[in-house]
Amino acid sequence: MTEATMDTSAVIRDVTVAVPIQRAWDVFTRDFSTWWPSAYSIGTEPMETCVIEPHEGGRWYERSASGAECEWGRVRVYDAPQRLVLTWGIAADWTVEPDESKHSEIEITFTAEGGNATRVELEHRGFERHGTDGAAVREVVSSGGGWGSLLEQYAQATQRAGG
Amino acid sequence: MFERLGAGPRAVGEIANDMPVSRPAVSQHLKVLKDAGLVIDRQAGNRRLYEVDPSGVQQLREYFDQFWDKALAAFKEAAERGNEEDR
Repeated sequence: MTEATMDTSAVIRDVTVAVPIQRAWDVFTRDFSTWWPSAYSIGTEPMETCVIEPHEGGRWYERSASGAECEWGRVRVYDAPQRLVLTWGIAADWTVEPDESKHSEIEITFTAEGGNATRVELEHRGFERHGTDGAAVREVVSSGGGWGSLLEQYAQATQRAGG
Repeated sequence: MFERLGAGPRAVGEIANDMPVSRPAVSQHLKVLKDAGLVIDRQAGNRRLYEVDPSGVQQLREYFDQFWDKALAAFKEAAERGNEEDR
């Protein structure tokens, strides 16, 4: 492995959508399944729906057609229509991390711009919390390709990034 | 699917003893993890020990650095599409 300094600084993005703030909020939260790229799911079965439970302490999870659920994280702040804070609980080795102190955090804020546009800002921070102090080892239990496309996509994505 | 082993780096032999997967299969899986940059290995005497690579954390960050662009573009498109389609 390289000795390069690790950059775990926050990922910050924003987008302006030409809709009022309430709609921007609703599409992001209530209608999450309608826009989340379906290829980016965690579970071993294809994702049918993904839910952000609309309250603090709620779950953020995907569900397959057969009803199997895979939790991605929790809802830390649900302050409609302005502020949403989610935790991302999938560890660097793609296991579900139950300890929320090891989750990274995603803050999304919605700011009205005039009456018909909304600036949506996203900050994903705390990646270092997914680290393990170097002590834990993960093993792979194969179950007919339970690796899933996600890890392959992940590996491809890191290769494209030159990682 | 992954399963957590527990604290401490483990040798392949130890890993294989805990699970219903053959030792060569465990080695193969660890190799895939290693190729994906998530696991590093080192020699300790006559054993190879495997640990989660801390730079896997960085790769997670880089993954999201690219991913959120796509996700927000998809969100924007969905938000700006006509109201009727999302009922």
